[in-house]
Amino acid sequence: MTSDGRLEKVLERGEFAVTSECGPPRGADPEVIRKKGELIKNSVDAINVTDNQTSVVRMSSFSSCLILKQLGVDPVMQMVTRDRNRIAIQSDILGAAALGINNILCLSGDHQKFGDHSTAKNVYDLDSMHLIQTVKRMRDEGKFLGGDEIKGVPKLFIGAAANPFADPFEFRVIRLAKKVAAGAQFIQTQCIFNLDRFKKWMDQVRDRGLHEKVHILGGVTPLKSLGMANYMKKMVPGMDVPDELIARIKGVDKEKRAEEGIKICVETIQQLREIEGVHGVHIMAIEWEEMVPRIAEEAGLLPRPKVE
Amino acid sequence: MIIGEGKPIKEVLSMIEPYSKIILAGCRGCVTVCSVGGEKEVGILASAITMAREKEGKPIEIKEVTLERQCDPEYLEQIRGIVDEYEAILSIACGAGVQFMAEKYRKTPVYPGINTKFIGVTEEQGVWSERCQSCGDCKLHLTGGICPITRCAKSLLNGPCGGSSRGKCEVNPEIDCGWQLIYDTLKEQGRLDKLEVIIPINDWTTSRDGGPRKIIREDLKL
Amino acid sequence: MRLSYPPNIKIIQVPCTGKVDVIYLLKAFQNGADGVYVAGCMEGDCHYLTGNLRARKRVEYTKKILDEIGIGGERVEMFNMSAAQGTRFVEIAKEMTERIKALGPNPIKKSKSSLKNSDVEGQP
Repeated sequence: MTSDGRLEKVLERGEFAVTSECGPPRGADPEVIRKKGELIKNSVDAINVTDNQTSVVRMSSFSSCLILKQLGVDPVMQMVTRDRNRIAIQSDILGAAALGINNILCLSGDHQKFGDHSTAKNVYDLDSMHLIQTVKRMRDEGKFLGGDEIKGVPKLFIGAAANPFADPFEFRVIRLAKKVAAGAQFIQTQCIFNLDRFKKWMDQVRDRGLHEKVHILGGVTPLKSLGMANYMKKMVPGMDVPDELIARIKGVDKEKRAEEGIKICVETIQQLREIEGVHGVHIMAIEWEEMVPRIAEEAGLLPRPKVE
Repeated sequence: MIIGEGKPIKEVLSMIEPYSKIILAGCRGCVTVCSVGGEKEVGILASAITMAREKEGKPIEIKEVTLERQCDPEYLEQIRGIVDEYEAILSIACGAGVQFMAEKYRKTPVYPGINTKFIGVTEEQGVWSERCQSCGDCKLHLTGGICPITRCAKSLLNGPCGGSSRGKCEVNPEIDCGWQLIYDTLKEQGRLDKLEVIIPINDWTTSRDGGPRKIIREDLKL
Repeated sequence: MRLSYPPNIKIIQVPCTGKVDVIYLLKAFQNGADGVYVAGCMEGDCHYLTGNLRARKRVEYTKKILDEIGIGGERVEMFNMSAAQGTRFVEIAKEMTERIKALGPNPIKKSKSSLKNSDVEGQP
């Protein structure tokens, strides 16, 4: 075990894991995170907190994870390399481990052009690959990147992201292999709407034997409306929302579309459970966190297993 | 070469507002090639400024000069004889030239008439794009001749990121994804194995982050 | 054709409007012209293929500069006509003359005349 967290235990036991995420508030009110955490904590094994997602300033992932920890949740701290250099990154890794945050998801991060501070300088001293290597080095070699010894080695379960729907498709699995070689232990994918493409990706994953080296959690997002589906199809880079899905939602009356979105999400999870090499699901119910318990229930994921 | 873009005329006018006698200095180097600071452009800018000032009722005398380069001390010497007759110098060379001009003629205020944008190439007449960020430790041999630091918006050394879509960058759909270009080139050359290896964490001391840079060639010094 | 056109037009002949550069247009205004127009061949009929297309782009660029310095981009214009179109030539001469009359004289002439002891002429 490389951490003391629930997520690692569930995955190592071979159980199908469930994670979800909380978006922190655009303010200093801890209640926002507490409420979201309370809503979903019994439906999941771990909760991610995003790190200034889409470059919009929010309460830090680090502090939000601490708030969740105080609720008894196993938080996954997302960390992007856009805003911090290696000095701040290693410092935060030590701090997170010191506060008992067990999981870290290593990302490059959305370019600041998307957010509300597009005139900022970006950092990208390291990329996500390097961040994975950094955590691994600190944990397994007990050394800083600069070479000095760490007194009080951090324990962390290392995660990374994968996007089977970005281009070039044939390269995505090679990149996944690199992340695994760098030290990634679990993967959360971008939300899956195109199951055929995802299955093809998983074929390539298994061909390389990667499913035995890393735990892959398939990402899912319930579509609240036709507008949301179209937005994600057209405006979000690296997102693949098939036309058949748009048609399916359109084919239902407007008041029933949210329900259909939940239905599609549950069906996706059920299909994911059948794919060899998928060890869990990551439910990203953006600004719809209250649906997570229901989705988990209907997908047959509850109750969560008991872990000591 | 170094590519620049003209500053808005209003901004230039506000810089030279207090003066009635200036030198407008162009450069026959890079800024001539990208049509922003050569002899032609000196003429155009001088005419525009002259008319703008006449309209305000505050005429200005402009000495138009185009030097071979403004980044070599010998060429800057060429205006030594006249510089004291003028109140300021407006230089439309690149940032290096403007600064060198300022260093050489410390008593005379020197103003930048263009914005130096990047090191780049001419894609076609009238279109220039960035290619190099002078990181100081060239990696082009690892990436099929395409720079990940310059052409990837996030300067990823192990890209592409999850926002690469249909060969375009998430930041701007008109910009190619640098890593897609790298992938395509290496694939065409049958050298995709290069991308199976992690390019290590970068040493940024050779780039701007390490502080202003200088090269000394003892073998060339007189 | 012996048609008459307004007497305030000074014609400068060039072998192709592709020869017209931005600096010539600006200098005309600097030396006191109230308006300038470039008369080129019909697009597609340029003997040098793209001369008149380049001229149009340069006229557009000059308009921007004139707007920025407060002279006004409407004072410069590009027109296309064939060499045989005498009546169109006259039409345009009249149109441009009316336009410039409405805009008034070149603003730098007003300022120049209001200056005493001004020894500033056209710049080199």
